[in-house]
Amino acid sequence: MFEVRIHSRGGQGGVTAARLLALAAIRDRKYASAFPFYGAERRGAPVVSFVRIDDKPIKVYSQIREPDLVIVLDSSVMDVVDVLHGLKKGGTVVINSAHKPNFPGYKTYNVDLTDIALKANLVVAGSPILNTPVLGALAKLGLITAASAKKAIAEMFTDERNIKAADAAFQEMVI
Amino acid sequence: MLMVSTGNKAVAIAVKQVKPEVIAAYPITPQTEIVEQIAEYVTTGELKSRYIPVESEHSAMAACIGASITGARTFTATSSHGLLYMHEMTNWAAGARVPIVMANVNRALGPGWNIWAEHTDSIQERDTGWLQVYVSTVQEAYDTTLMAFRIAEHDDVLLPVMVNLDGFALSHIMQSLETIDLGDFIPPLHLPHAIDPKNPMGYGTLTGPDEYFKFRWEIERSMRDSMKIIQATEKEYAERFGRTYGFTEDYRCDDAKVVIVSMGTLGKEAEVSVDVLRKEGIKAGSMRLRWFRPFPKLDFGSKDVVVIDRDYSFGFGGVLANSIRAKCGIPVYSVIAGLGGQEVTYDDIAGFVRDRRIGDELWFGVEPNV
Repeated sequence: MFEVRIHSRGGQGGVTAARLLALAAIRDRKYASAFPFYGAERRGAPVVSFVRIDDKPIKVYSQIREPDLVIVLDSSVMDVVDVLHGLKKGGTVVINSAHKPNFPGYKTYNVDLTDIALKANLVVAGSPILNTPVLGALAKLGLITAASAKKAIAEMFTDERNIKAADAAFQEMVI
Repeated sequence: MLMVSTGNKAVAIAVKQVKPEVIAAYPITPQTEIVEQIAEYVTTGELKSRYIPVESEHSAMAACIGASITGARTFTATSSHGLLYMHEMTNWAAGARVPIVMANVNRALGPGWNIWAEHTDSIQERDTGWLQVYVSTVQEAYDTTLMAFRIAEHDDVLLPVMVNLDGFALSHIMQSLETIDLGDFIPPLHLPHAIDPKNPMGYGTLTGPDEYFKFRWEIERSMRDSMKIIQATEKEYAERFGRTYGFTEDYRCDDAKVVIVSMGTLGKEAEVSVDVLRKEGIKAGSMRLRWFRPFPKLDFGSKDVVVIDRDYSFGFGGVLANSIRAKCGIPVYSVIAGLGGQEVTYDDIAGFVRDRRIGDELWFGVEPNV
């Protein structure tokens, strides 16, 4: 079973990112479950969402304690949250940033999703949309196929800029 | 069609396919997206139902009873305090023999104010004459909601059915959902005692001691008969659509020396615990109770039984544990766990089994334990 934790801020679409990732995994004929951590959320507050992906039905409902992959959609949460908490030894971090942070002992990848979203004019209510481009980065990692990533995005959003941005993230992230 | 859905949406999709004529609901917390999604279906015309946004859950159930007694198919959803507020009317619904289907998202009761999973809300409704089923996956929530209409509306049942799903843990989780083409699985509702509004008559007048008990017995008899109807409905559903669940979902129970009994999502987590324990050489099994009313006949033989209650009756203990003690005449290890959304992992459940003290009780997370 592969376990993912997504860090974002309320309103940035971390829950939708989790949903898209689960949908893409299901389109890859795998099993998936996605859930946010529910508390007293408000816009702008740090939030976490979780995704589990497996080849067999997923029976675990408790929280993910030791993720294989941490996705940071908003690098500013790192000031207040330890995003590496519980991350498996040798685990993977994907961070939305122009710069690659130094996380010794982890495989760290960066991609500037905000820049990609802005360049694609993928902006809603003044905020760049990060949850569709991040799927391109996850396809690059091989967690989901590029075809299923696009399929999942197309099933949830009609605006083609979402897929273009995912394509751009796929191209830009260096692995 | 294979999609990703929350438990809430899975129930709403099932309801849309069954096409109730009347849906009445009160939309404030702890209510869930079930009725929000259904309201959207009605607004967009995907579901041609009369949607009554009432002023309270008490009125939601009253409106469903009023509509149902004319022979209309009805649905409502609620949760926690909303369900408690219906209590007078849930008794009425069963007594009036109206086959209302209701989804209840199991959430803890206040105070302290808490909106996470717990079964005490629906457990407090256990004596009302409603059939109660507890589900554990998004797919099961969908399949069971469909079957609930068929069971409730059967001539030999004609009792309301409550489909229970764990707050957040299941109501808000996103999993895969395979929807079906319903075909003629749910025939039009024919309520033999439907009243005709165009032909006014007196109803609900005084019922004396020489008659009242007969009505109560009729409810009990239908509750007993519902066992057969549940079985037949599940069998037909399996034949037509390929999925089956049963009164209990048993996992590796056959050769087990100790069985974990639970309801809802904890029952799925318990299956993982069973695998963990088996690797250690402990022959464990999991029995997830689905139907709590009618309460099925259970046989544990000489196996040890560990019961996890996500509920309690103060001064009495876990309601599921005590039901099993009473019905099966056996001692059990009673664990109260997961109240108010308390995190219970498969490792925790494996620990309950390893450290079991048959005849004792454990309040998980509370020290010293009784």
